Amino acid sequence: MASVRLENVGKVYPNGHVAARGLDLVVGDGEFMVLVGPSGCGKSTALRMIAGLETPTSGRILIGDADVTSLPPQERDIAMVFQSYALYPHMTVRQNLAFGLRMRGAPPEAIDARLAEAARVLALEEVLDRKPAQLSGGQRQRVALGRAIVREPKVFLFDEPLSNLDAKLRVETRAELARLHRRLGATVVYVTHDQEEAMTLGGRVAVMRDGILQQVAPPMEVYRRPANRFVAGFVGSPGMNFLSGPVPPSLARGALPGGAILGIRPHDIAIVAPGSADLEAWVDVVEPRGSELLVYLRLGDEHTGEEIRVVAPPEPAIQPERRVGLAFDRARLHWFEKESGRRMEDVVP
Amino acid sequence: MRPAEPAAGLEREEARVAWRLVLPALGTIVLVALFPLMWTLWESVHLHDLRMPWLGRPFVGVDNYLEALRDPRFWSALAHTLLFTVTSVGLELGLGLGLALAMNRGFRGRGVVRAAVLIPWAIPTVVSALLWRFMFDGQTGIANAVLVNLGVLRAPHVWFIHAWSAWVPVILADVWKTTPFVALLLLAGLQNIDPSLYEAARIDGAGAWRQFRYVTLPLLAPAILVALIFRTLDAFRVFDLIYVLTGGGPGTSTEPLALYTFNALLQNLRFGYGSALSVIVFGITFALALLYIRLLGADLVGGKR
Amino acid sequence: MNSRSRWPVVVVGLLVGASAFPFYWAIVSSFTPEARLFQAPSLVPTNLVLDHYRALFTERNFWVPIRNSLVVAGATTAFCVTIGALCAYALARLQFRGKSMLLGFILAVSMFPQISVVPPLYLVLRSLHLINTYPGLVLPYLTFAMPLTVWLLVGFFRQLPPELEEAAMVDGASRLRAFREIIVPLALPGLATTAILTFVYSWNEFLFALSFTLGPERQTVPVAIALFRGQYQVPWGQILAAALVATAPVALLVLAFQRRIVQGLTAGAVKG
Repeated sequence: MASVRLENVGKVYPNGHVAARGLDLVVGDGEFMVLVGPSGCGKSTALRMIAGLETPTSGRILIGDADVTSLPPQERDIAMVFQSYALYPHMTVRQNLAFGLRMRGAPPEAIDARLAEAARVLALEEVLDRKPAQLSGGQRQRVALGRAIVREPKVFLFDEPLSNLDAKLRVETRAELARLHRRLGATVVYVTHDQEEAMTLGGRVAVMRDGILQQVAPPMEVYRRPANRFVAGFVGSPGMNFLSGPVPPSLARGALPGGAILGIRPHDIAIVAPGSADLEAWVDVVEPRGSELLVYLRLGDEHTGEEIRVVAPPEPAIQPERRVGLAFDRARLHWFEKESGRRMEDVVP
Repeated sequence: MRPAEPAAGLEREEARVAWRLVLPALGTIVLVALFPLMWTLWESVHLHDLRMPWLGRPFVGVDNYLEALRDPRFWSALAHTLLFTVTSVGLELGLGLGLALAMNRGFRGRGVVRAAVLIPWAIPTVVSALLWRFMFDGQTGIANAVLVNLGVLRAPHVWFIHAWSAWVPVILADVWKTTPFVALLLLAGLQNIDPSLYEAARIDGAGAWRQFRYVTLPLLAPAILVALIFRTLDAFRVFDLIYVLTGGGPGTSTEPLALYTFNALLQNLRFGYGSALSVIVFGITFALALLYIRLLGADLVGGKR
Repeated sequence: MNSRSRWPVVVVGLLVGASAFPFYWAIVSSFTPEARLFQAPSLVPTNLVLDHYRALFTERNFWVPIRNSLVVAGATTAFCVTIGALCAYALARLQFRGKSMLLGFILAVSMFPQISVVPPLYLVLRSLHLINTYPGLVLPYLTFAMPLTVWLLVGFFRQLPPELEEAAMVDGASRLRAFREIIVPLALPGLATTAILTFVYSWNEFLFALSFTLGPERQTVPVAIALFRGQYQVPWGQILAAALVATAPVALLVLAFQRRIVQGLTAGAVKG
């Protein structure tokens, strides 16, 4: 196992498109790092640069302590699980698993031993002699995993490996991956667009947007103290509410510098009687979700007012087309600069 | 931290491997195609008559080209080529489109139909020419027999003696042989059209003709253009078919450009003049190709990564 | 799309009939005795004989052109598919400057009118004493066969998902090893189709064979048939028999592989 370091890595394509800019990232030995962000944010490009499938136009990439920036993928001792699995269709599962070891000239006994172990861990012993086309989606995914594990590489790279699975399988496999990581103690760089996956799997999460790292921190910190408005809105479901109207005097004393945006998560607002609240709102739509209610409200005018979402306990029932009050959890207010979106500290008195 | 250095080495390495893979094929093409073409250009500005070797190979500039422009046989050949191209390509496109539309409906035995239609395309043009020559033969030809029986002709017609009627078997033979190719190209294009577009159009109240005009035609346009390119260029260069079917006759009244060039070169042995004719044919073909490529856009050549 | 109307079946039926009729007629005529041929033709044959076919192989020695065609088409195909596969792989997968120019160049070359390269090729072949020889035909054939092969194979290689080679490289295989172990086995159908198409085009070629051979020892099938001459009149019976013999191998190949052939032809041409 080894660490991965990106130093000021950038990638500009010949047509001018900037896929990545100034990436500085350190993944510790044995750490599970998740790169997350919307489509086109550059996370896959960053992963492929670590793999050697793309070359950075600036910066260095180090694996362990070695500068691998100009090394081809074959020489980097990394393993990658592709979104489409990329299993060799004309080879059996056994041959697929053995391919990497064969390429590196491992002796047949060693190959067989590692193969057997990986097959056992991933429950693939039954299908070793089948071809990928004869496997289910879940089985194919496990073969792709097996191919990586068998190599015992320095770093594991995952490119959205769960996005081809149905929701239920996704959740199960997520747990599997977490378990595997604990067992192998491997260094993992994992790319996904699903913020829930990022939050549940990552030891640390790196949020990217338009090729730039927005925040790198453990999941809870990204959730509780997002570095900017984008991260705040990206992480957490349902998404954070952003209020741009005048700030209720009960929440902040004095004028805020240069205007500010208040962010508050739907879970951190309580629905109370109109009189004693920070803000009043009109209930628009109520979605019962079993363990909770998702309530859509409008501030100010009941048709055109700003929308705000609140997650409320299932009891007491909330009726639509009523005026209610909203009480904000003082400890969970987030303030962002209007222009830059950057987090503002020390605003709440 | 010292300034970062782009890993250009990897990309240069890939380019090096690429060129090594490409070189044998490229070299072959340059040797057997490009190089001879350059030679032809060179020859075309010299006087080179193999029947009169004592004249040597003097440089004559554009004399050969001027002679071509003044040569009535050249202009006839050009006219014949244009007539052939426009007629056969037009018919092939129309019939091919009809055939493609019909085959797109999907029915049992489609594979058999496709195979049956593909065989004319696969046989040598020479064979196709011979088949049609046989069928239109004045004495033994079945065409005459059928037409007389149907009452269209009063007596068996000798097709190949008259300039205008000699074109009939020529055009028929070409259409017979290459409509399948056009139909297949268009069929592939048709199958790429999302069927839900037709459903949406039907719901919007469009009948069969309107569906064809507003959904099929626009979406089929790229495939039609591709078919047009390939067929026009092929038709313009026609040689085999006419050489065997009519020999360019009667006289030279069905002689296309390629055949005239061939005669000038290998029968009259006028290499200088023949080369000039070759260059003219190439020039026109190239111009047509460029025109089409511009219409089609860079799609054909580029391709996404 | 309405699937109830009858007209598509009628249209297709007519067109298939029109396609097939010349063959039917040729086959029937090739089995018709010479004398009968020159009388008024009838659609249904009465008397069938093997005379023409026999004469083909005894009098005219038709084995010779067949052998020549096999050698020339075979050699052209073998050479072009191997060299072309390497070139096509580079064009389909690798990044390098001048790539699109190269593709455009190859496409442009395939548009050359054959007649334009006949004069210089003739002179070169003559000075190399290659007129009327096998290499003297294979070399000119490369003019159209090489661009065709590369063009078709680029289309086939592009259809393979790039992740496969990436996975192989991450697994430790060099580009060339990935090509050999992953790409080639998966591209075999495409390679086979390209080989078939190249063979068919080479087998059918006429102008070069006509220009660069002098006599029956090296003439290919199309040329031999076109130059059949009879003592007093055109030997239609034999010509048709020869034409069918010439067509049979090609027709069989096409029938056997028609789905692949159609895919190959349309893959490069129509955007999916």
